[in-house]
Amino acid sequence: MKDVVFTVSDNIKLTEHVYKMTLCGDCSDILRPGQFVNIKLDGLYLRRPISVCDREGDALTLIYKVVGKGTEQMSTIKQGEKLPLLTGLGNGYDISVSGQKPLLLGGGVGVPPLYMLAKELVKDGKEVSVVLGFNTKDEVFYEDEFKALGCSVTVTTVDGSYGKKGFVTDALPEEYSYYYTCGPLPMLKAVFNSCKSSGQLSFEERMGCGFGACMGCSCRTITGYKRICRDGPVLYKEEILWEK
Amino acid sequence: MGKMSVDLCGITLDNPVIPASGTFGYGLEFAELYDINILGTFSFKGTTKEPRFGNPTPRIAECASGMLNAVGLQNPGVEHVIKYELPALKKVFAKKVMANISGSSIEDYVYVSELLDREDQVGWLEINISCPNVKAGGMGFGTSAESAAAVTKAVKAVTKKPVIMKLSPNVTDIVSIAKACEDAGADGICAINTLLGMRIDLKTGKPVIANVTGGVSGPCVFPVALRAVYQISRAVKIPVIGCGGVSTAEDVLEMMYAGATAVQVGAANLVDPFACKKIIEELPEVMDRYKFKN
Repeated sequence: MKDVVFTVSDNIKLTEHVYKMTLCGDCSDILRPGQFVNIKLDGLYLRRPISVCDREGDALTLIYKVVGKGTEQMSTIKQGEKLPLLTGLGNGYDISVSGQKPLLLGGGVGVPPLYMLAKELVKDGKEVSVVLGFNTKDEVFYEDEFKALGCSVTVTTVDGSYGKKGFVTDALPEEYSYYYTCGPLPMLKAVFNSCKSSGQLSFEERMGCGFGACMGCSCRTITGYKRICRDGPVLYKEEILWEK
Repeated sequence: MGKMSVDLCGITLDNPVIPASGTFGYGLEFAELYDINILGTFSFKGTTKEPRFGNPTPRIAECASGMLNAVGLQNPGVEHVIKYELPALKKVFAKKVMANISGSSIEDYVYVSELLDREDQVGWLEINISCPNVKAGGMGFGTSAESAAAVTKAVKAVTKKPVIMKLSPNVTDIVSIAKACEDAGADGICAINTLLGMRIDLKTGKPVIANVTGGVSGPCVFPVALRAVYQISRAVKIPVIGCGGVSTAEDVLEMMYAGATAVQVGAANLVDPFACKKIIEELPEVMDRYKFKN
């Protein structure tokens, strides 16, 4: 974990409610895809945890959806503004167990962390399949970016207005070695039940500190109590206990 | 004794800054970030007889200048703490630690206190009779002078270490409770624990926190804590630790002017993991600026 002040290079709208912010600063503590940063915003007491979409050298990309006060405020941040971040939080995905044909399943704002994951898997010579799920055509983002990495990409929309109609679990490829997923809880459950291979799932929870001190985001697992912020957000399929 | 050092119940602290229980774990997460030996001491995570998971999530909410939590005393249980957490802490922290203890019955408090009394690393027992987030015990013991005194007496009977009673602000008269603890043999008072509060999510019309209510902490409670410290320190002879919303070296000084011997820093650690380090570094200069004599 590092306490770093970043400078915002860009903050653009991708869809009606989803924004992409690029920042410049020391990214050296962001070691694995699926990790997150915790952002201090003026006038708000608690930091806001946002998953890392990509980091390349000093450039950090965050994609976030405006869902409340914090993300609303983030959407108004202009180029050149400074943002204090705690970086390199959370365990991130373990790519060493992916096998040759990993499958990545993302839903809505669960899509962003899969981008850096796909990038690293492709770099490792894997044949990466990606299924991106959205509610409707207007919400779709990053399809082309995943394609540009060389992934085989399928998009699903719940209303069928774009891509294949249905959920990500309606578009599973026939063959895959392992899966990685991030998205809303009902989607994670559906993926857990539908995918036969082993996999890793990234969870979301309201956090206090984001680095394991306050026990605000604990969950029960087969291997004991875990803190989503520090022992997660990524959990192995085999350790998950569904409570909610 | 150095310029910042204080005597807390017979043990010298290099400075009055103490991370508050529940915001510093058992110290290990912070020891990765900075040398925690710079602290006066710290109060470790509220520990109970049995391991506890705590409350369902969400456990956290935000408010203007503060936050709410309803963690509900998640901890691995006293045996685990003695077997694993204290030995791990010993490798990174050479000072005496403050053991924060909670329970559902007087017997629980006594059980945990007896075990932690045997640990050389533990300097003080901080008895939490003020947790607002558990159904049995916790704040229940801290809302009447009689039950607060009963816990104090029972714990004092099984330990030679200084006993500090951590009090709840969710009472009619905190001073009478502090006095009852003193009369029952308490060596110190810590004031205050969190204030009972709640938030509602307008999108659902339902409470943000699964437990419905939670404890409010952060800068918004500072004036309440300061008032309690001021009133208690004028009514008792034992040292008072000021706790509640302290975030800066100036806040520490204000607490000490109010009568605090030492000061706990809670929610600030969660927002800025380096908060205590910064406060300790700034304190000498701030003491000089306001010509504060310890």
